[in-house]
Amino acid sequence: MSSPLSPAAHTVSHAPAPLSGARIVVVGAGMTAHRFAENLTTQDPEGSWSLTVIGDEPYLPYDRVHLSEWFATRDAGALSMNVDVWDDPRVTLVTGDGVAALDRQANVVTTKSGHQVGYDHAVLATGSWAWTPRAEGTDLAGTFTYRTMEDVERIAEWVRLREQSLGRPVRGLVVGGGVLGLEAAAALQSLGASATVVEFTDHLMSAQLDQGGGEMLRLLVEDLGMAIRTGAAAQRFLPAGDGPVGTAELSDGTVLPVDVVVFSVGIRPRDRVAREAGLAIDERGGVVVGTTCQTSDPAVWAIGECASFEGVCAGLVAPGNDMADVVADRMLGGDRTHHRADEGTKLKGVGVDAASFGDVNALSAGALEVSFVDPVNRQYRKLVLSDDAKTLLGGVFVGDIELYAALRPLLGRPLGADPAAIISPDGGGGVELELPDDAIVCSCQNVTAGTVRGAVTEQGCTSMGQIKECTKAGTVCGSCVPALTKLLNAELVKSGVEVSDALCEHFAMSRAELYRLVSDEDLATFSEVVAKFGTGRGCAICRPTVASILSTLHGGHVLEGEAAAVQDTNDHVMANLQRNGTYSVIPRMYGGEVRPDQLLEFAKVAQEYGLYVHITGAQRIGMFGARLDQLPEIWRRLVAVGFESGHAYGKSLRNIKTCVGQAWCRFGVQDSTTMAVKLETRYRGLRSPHKLKFGVSGCARECAEARGKDVGVIATHKGWNLYVGGNGGANPVHAQLLAEDLDEATLIRYIDRFLMLYIQEADRLQRTAPWVAERAGGLDELRRVVVEDSLGIGAQLEATVQEHVDSYEDEWSVTLADPAKLRKFVQFINAPGVADPDLAFVPERGQIKPAAEVDAVTYHDPRDARDAGLAGSEGAR
Amino acid sequence: MTFVDVCALEDLVTERGTGALLGDTQVAVFRLADGTVRAVQQRDPYSGANVMSRGLVGTTRVAGADGAERDVATVTTPMLKEVWNLETGEVLDSGGKVKKPLLVFATEVRDGRVLVADAPNPLVEA
Ligand code: SRM
Ligand SMILES: Cc1cc2nc3c(=O)[nH]c(=O)nc-3n(C[C@H](O)[C@H](O)[C@H](O)COP(=O)(O)OP(=O)(O)OC[C@H]3O[C@@H](n4cnc5c(N)ncnc54)[C@H](O)[C@@H]3O)c2cc1C
Ligand code: SF4
Ligand code: FES
Repeated sequence: MSSPLSPAAHTVSHAPAPLSGARIVVVGAGMTAHRFAENLTTQDPEGSWSLTVIGDEPYLPYDRVHLSEWFATRDAGALSMNVDVWDDPRVTLVTGDGVAALDRQANVVTTKSGHQVGYDHAVLATGSWAWTPRAEGTDLAGTFTYRTMEDVERIAEWVRLREQSLGRPVRGLVVGGGVLGLEAAAALQSLGASATVVEFTDHLMSAQLDQGGGEMLRLLVEDLGMAIRTGAAAQRFLPAGDGPVGTAELSDGTVLPVDVVVFSVGIRPRDRVAREAGLAIDERGGVVVGTTCQTSDPAVWAIGECASFEGVCAGLVAPGNDMADVVADRMLGGDRTHHRADEGTKLKGVGVDAASFGDVNALSAGALEVSFVDPVNRQYRKLVLSDDAKTLLGGVFVGDIELYAALRPLLGRPLGADPAAIISPDGGGGVELELPDDAIVCSCQNVTAGTVRGAVTEQGCTSMGQIKECTKAGTVCGSCVPALTKLLNAELVKSGVEVSDALCEHFAMSRAELYRLVSDEDLATFSEVVAKFGTGRGCAICRPTVASILSTLHGGHVLEGEAAAVQDTNDHVMANLQRNGTYSVIPRMYGGEVRPDQLLEFAKVAQEYGLYVHITGAQRIGMFGARLDQLPEIWRRLVAVGFESGHAYGKSLRNIKTCVGQAWCRFGVQDSTTMAVKLETRYRGLRSPHKLKFGVSGCARECAEARGKDVGVIATHKGWNLYVGGNGGANPVHAQLLAEDLDEATLIRYIDRFLMLYIQEADRLQRTAPWVAERAGGLDELRRVVVEDSLGIGAQLEATVQEHVDSYEDEWSVTLADPAKLRKFVQFINAPGVADPDLAFVPERGQIKPAAEVDAVTYHDPRDARDAGLAGSEGAR
Repeated sequence: MTFVDVCALEDLVTERGTGALLGDTQVAVFRLADGTVRAVQQRDPYSGANVMSRGLVGTTRVAGADGAERDVATVTTPMLKEVWNLETGEVLDSGGKVKKPLLVFATEVRDGRVLVADAPNPLVEA
């Protein structure tokens, strides 16, 4: 491997003592069992022991913490944890068979299928049950718990079938408003169901948040469309006419119609095997263990949620992992002990931020609370401090949890800054909090600030990826990543390493620098550029970047000569890859206009190929699901009626959104549509560091949302106002006014200059907004260069754009006329007519979508999927 | 294991891939800058889609067992950009996810024809 890293090793506090010949059995194959097996195999690579891990779930041990992500991928395999350990010849993994009994006299475990395994050491890692409340009707069809892969698969299937048979969206109810309940509610929403959450206490996440935080969280999840009922319990469930659950009665007398119910009211340790084996069990359940994680029988250990330590069964993975570490260490002769620290809790998977740690309700004697509440912006922050206001005892963060990662490691330590300043709206950033080396930054993996610093200074890590690989920090819940990033950068700066702006492994300079070099030396191919300024043969980062630079400097077709080999994969086939390997087809619709005759041909194509049709978010129409080998035939028909590439796949001008303007609208003061068509015609196909979007509105009412675009043009009575540096997307930014009341020629001159500057100077994948914000001198300096031409480069910038305009040809038309370029549009070079046999589609609302793993009936031909949908109960809506 | 003739070397674009069908097995075939050809499984193990041949090729510098560094040929999946060693199928960048290697198929260029083994090499221990 190229990285300077040793493989992730947990610290070993001893020289491994031989476990020679020992037979180890782990009961349960969940998260902590996996951690234990990983520890043992990596820490004692030569040992001659044998390890058998027995789990009753029919899957490879998977990452339960990220269970909800299954809904996004529908792929059980995507959640499995590092599978290398199961390849170790000393390790045997049994799945789908539970342990029925542990015989401590004979030192044997017996599985339900009658399989017997002898042991010298047994480790119980059986986790928990999800609890179902005592209420009538909790056994009706349509009621679920939320704990296992099987649970989520069954929930998804139920919602799908119920929606089909009811012919309307499904109504969901989650009983329990804790972190898991909210996660389950978000999952129901993602399946298209509505979600009501019933919580017995008076606020959400009552185990982790104080009342104020809980109330803010309520506002936030209500914004997401969830309905919240606190102070109520689910008392009774009654069946619908056809049998499954149909109504829920709450303790406050409310009766709710429901089609699916998920219980998330807590967990109970799975201690039956231990109990029947006569091991000590805590009165509240759980196998009693001490700091060594041994049970009342020293040959039997217990880790994870089934183990009761100091009377508590932890419901989080971090203490379980620590216990797994302790047992592996001890078996190998070490003397590690288990400790509990406050881990803090962060809500995840809901799309709303809430996190807390420590004494959230300020119950410690004399504790002081400092809070900031802003219901308008949905923010709540509270710090709990010791009576002298010095030591941090707890924190609650809802809405904006940036401070959580930075403050949690300081729990029980001096805060070292004014608490009010830290939590005030603009305070946090300014206050510098230096973490002590022994402060835990990543509590999931128990990694201290010192370990992260060491990874930089001693192991040479320079990126977040390397930090993760090296220390494992940041790989479970991810909430510590901001804090890790700060530590990493601070350490890099301290050790004199410049925070590198290298493009990638192959080019040591930034994109802007490379642009200048390529332009000065007048290089024309990737091979020349990499030979002169880089190393190796490039990668998926630098190849498309160089392709884009060469395209701006020299024009030419994207698939001409060597350029074909360096284009990003989307540019290479001039279409955008979809999740199942098919493509979208999005032709340009200048100014949002499309002629009826074009629309007819578009519809015919979609009909004949069975493609999915969607009005895109950018004022044009897309077809989805086209196979690689179909793209040329489809485009031939589109080009024939005057369509052109819409560059929806390129880092280049996408579309120009516009309104009907003066031509039709009562308020319009300029012809915005014509202006949009002119601009789109001018800048189409211009390759840039990131995609470019424009908007043109016919008056200040701004129906085209031009200020949300990289370039916004808004009509005035005297001409056009030019705005730059806006975008929607992940971090929406409003474009800022660059110049007012421009005539057409000046407007175009300024846009030419602005775009070329951006193309020359911006980083790879940096949109105009951050480029403008970070550019020295900001908007004022930019105005001097673009409007006043203070550098005297205006004419040159315009000339480069003009060259592009003059040499522009539609990529698809050129490709269709060149048999050589068409050759790659096949799935199989040795079987050109054959389509990917694994493609599968299902009907939805009279059209198609890619099939997922759970879909029982799928169609290889999208037209069959569509027709089945139209013919079936689903029908076209 | 037998070698199957899939195409002429000149049908392949340098540093670009193509799909090929060997019985029921889909493979991704790449022609590298040095004229050699590599083949790996067509299915991207992360997305499950048969798209590896549409990935970008390149190189990554790795240290060998002897500590000497060299560039090995790589492919990046077009889907979510994980990176593999084209010679061994080993994952070089999994984006922090579990490493899922690619099966590698032996290749030969004979008399200007590209031949690919119809069964994968045994998995190499990473
Ligand atoms: C198809 C479409 C969704 C739809 O069905 O409506 C879409 C689909 C994709 N968007 Fe988008 N975006 C679409 C309109 C938008 C819009 C709305 C707009 O343009 O007015 C936005 C917000 C406006 C903006 O960009 O400022 C938008 C913000 C994004 C972003 C976030 C960009 C940002 O700066 O944060 C990404 C991610 C990225 O580019 O890195 C993205 C990325 C993508 C990609 C390219 C992701 C990918 O690599 O597969 C999607 C595939 C495009 C395709 O198949 O052609 N898409 N995307 C829309 C295509 C519009 C078109 O006709 O070309
Ligand atoms: C949806 C969800 C989200 C979560 N989010 C977080 C989070 O963000 N942060 C966090 O820290 N924790 C989270 N957790 C909790 C975390 O998953 C658990 O703390 C962790 O999995 C505990 O590990 P374990 O090994 O003790 O138990 P488990 O992972 O549950 O493993 C126990 C295994 O043993 C099996 N088993 C039980 N009895 C037997 C038997 N007799 N024979 C054979 N096999 C048996 C069980 O079927 C199970 O597969 C979440 C849990 C869920 C369900
Ligand atoms: S922006 Fe102005 S001209 Fe355009 S539609 Fe709206 S009101 Fe009419
Ligand atoms: S705190 Fe959860 S991954 Fe670091």
